[in-house]
Amino acid sequence: MDQLLVSAFLLALGFVSGKSIEHFHFQDLAKRERRHRRLLALTTRRVPADWRVEDAMLLTGSVVISLDYWKRFAAGIRQLFGGNVRSFETLFERARREALLRLKEAAAAKGCDALIGVRLESAELVNQGANGKGTAGVELIAFGTGLRVKR
Amino acid sequence: MILTNTEEVPGRAIREFYGVVSGSTVRAKHFGKDFLAGLKNLVGGELKGYTELLNEARQEATSRMVEEARGLGANAVVNVRFATTSVTQGAAEIFAYGTAVRVD
Repeated sequence: MDQLLVSAFLLALGFVSGKSIEHFHFQDLAKRERRHRRLLALTTRRVPADWRVEDAMLLTGSVVISLDYWKRFAAGIRQLFGGNVRSFETLFERARREALLRLKEAAAAKGCDALIGVRLESAELVNQGANGKGTAGVELIAFGTGLRVKR
Repeated sequence: MILTNTEEVPGRAIREFYGVVSGSTVRAKHFGKDFLAGLKNLVGGELKGYTELLNEARQEATSRMVEEARGLGANAVVNVRFATTSVTQGAAEIFAYGTAVRVD
């Protein structure tokens, strides 16, 4: 009975805090993305012919984000029935946008005008326990070549 | 030392290739950080301690790669890639590799 109460409490805590943290994170992402909207990030590796590149440098941005207790529970249930695991979808979206934004922020801080060869990769530093033990999270690295361009 | 993850350094010609250079580091999780991450796992959100760990590890791997390139007489590393491997439960290897070259 006690254990059930603890689980119910943790689920409720995860639900409320996870929801609000996610909400504020999305708001924050939208705001920062607007600020860096004009910094061009390309996944192609060739420099457009009319750019005069003055400087090039490797830049990175990374983030580790964790699921909350409620979402991990919901994902576990979902795995019984199949279909879209929504809780992981939003987690990946947040991690990807955050990593890309940090890359852009690093580029802006170095005075770069554009990024080429942008790659997004997930890393596995944290052990992902399917049973809810360990640290179930998503780690994303965004990297690319920042360019100072004279137009 | 110029680093890029493209085939060449934009705006500069490659004069000489020195081959693959790499650098790696194996990081173990910090017990205190892991405990905090465990708490964070309940409420969700960014695990800042791990983000830092990942950044430090990547910088370490990159600087080892740069050292190797410098030893060969290169002044740039092109086509840099990052890879991670979980070694055991508590540790991970971060690996950086690229091609050492000399550019103008």
